Amino acid sequence: MPEMVRLVVDGLELQVPAGITVAAALLNRRLVARRSVGGEPRAPLCGMGSCFECRATVDGRPHTRTCMVRVRNGLDVRTDD
Amino acid sequence: MLPDVIVVGAGIVGAAVAEALAVAGCRVRVLESAWPGSGSTGAAMGHLLVLDDSEAQWRLTRLSRDLWDARADQWGAALEWESCGTVWVAADGEELELARRRGAWFAERGVASELLDQVALRAAEPNLAAGLAGGLRVPGDSVIYPPAAVRLLLEGAVRHGATIAAGTPVKRAGGGWVELTNGDRLPAGAVIIAAGLATPELLATPVEGLALIPKKGHLAITDRYPGWLRHQLVELSYLKSAHGSAPSSVAFNVQPRATGQILIGSSRQLDTLDPTVEPATLSRMLARAATYLPRLETLTILRTWVGFRPATPDNLPLIGPVPGQPRLWLATGHEGIGVATALGTAALIRASVLGEAPPLDPTPYAVDRVVGWMAHA
Repeated sequence: MPEMVRLVVDGLELQVPAGITVAAALLNRRLVARRSVGGEPRAPLCGMGSCFECRATVDGRPHTRTCMVRVRNGLDVRTDD
Repeated sequence: MLPDVIVVGAGIVGAAVAEALAVAGCRVRVLESAWPGSGSTGAAMGHLLVLDDSEAQWRLTRLSRDLWDARADQWGAALEWESCGTVWVAADGEELELARRRGAWFAERGVASELLDQVALRAAEPNLAAGLAGGLRVPGDSVIYPPAAVRLLLEGAVRHGATIAAGTPVKRAGGGWVELTNGDRLPAGAVIIAAGLATPELLATPVEGLALIPKKGHLAITDRYPGWLRHQLVELSYLKSAHGSAPSSVAFNVQPRATGQILIGSSRQLDTLDPTVEPATLSRMLARAATYLPRLETLTILRTWVGFRPATPDNLPLIGPVPGQPRLWLATGHEGIGVATALGTAALIRASVLGEAPPLDPTPYAVDRVVGWMAHA
């Protein structure tokens, strides 16, 4: 059993494996990080900080690339969904 | 008998002139060297505002703002219209006194404004730095997206029979004729040159004294942060920077877009024709903005670009017939407020071309005043 941490996504407390990125945590739960101007759900594409498709508000900071942030206890993630 | 009209240039001014004359019943042909809005217009902010810089600038901005307002209901959504108003931000007590005087000046002329003290300013714009003295809110000013305005104006012209020829560079023009770079020579009852900075070099017979000054400006646009900024914010000393003769200056001027993006300006450089973004100037501009909006540095900038404002030595545009060259008009030199003043410019040109009563006294914008500019060169 991997070590787990508590991630808060849109107010929901999720237990996720330590060491993964926020983008990975959202993908594992089939959660949408953001929506386009036209309202389409978007998901991580590159996973390495280049495509900006996985942005969400992380600890109050809008447009954070979730693929560049590791999960940690109590991290607050707000999606556009 | 209405004249056939050729408009040279499809920026915001040329597009507005083309629409006005097409609606009036003229057969209008627009010649554009690249594509509509590809010059200064495409680089512009799109701030619709009234300015008290001079009586002449006041009258033109006021008339034009009223004319834009009259289209807000029909065009608002397509123009990404934001009725956000302007706040002229006062850094200290001295600037707040300037704000108070500007407000009184507006009030005498029937334009609403509201003086904001330190607390009211922070309430109006929570992201502004603490310690700013206050400001003047002008609620009737607005923001639009300039390329959309060009498109709508040209569509209006086309509905009234105009033709738009993009990718059609003009070699030179004179009273009643235009010659293309491919050698074609086109006659017209009226030729209106609205080619911005390129205008002087298109004149087959030069207008003595005519000088346009390219003032380079940088802009940056952020990602979407809805609600972060509520008004167009401009520092009160903006006009000092805008009309100063310093070779390079920056001033705080930021704009909320309908998308939630924030457009950040401004810079002015009088000594360069380099069409590239200069990191040093951009940095100074952003640092200036961050003194007013300290949290700006937490936002992500998506794109930066530059443009060149077509300025005149007396800070007023050139709108009217060319003396001694019948059937030739100029509509250029609007510096940084061509979008704001395009509709008033078009109304003046329409009246002059058709011999109608002008909507305001055209004298301050007349082309004959360039004769006096030789002395300043």
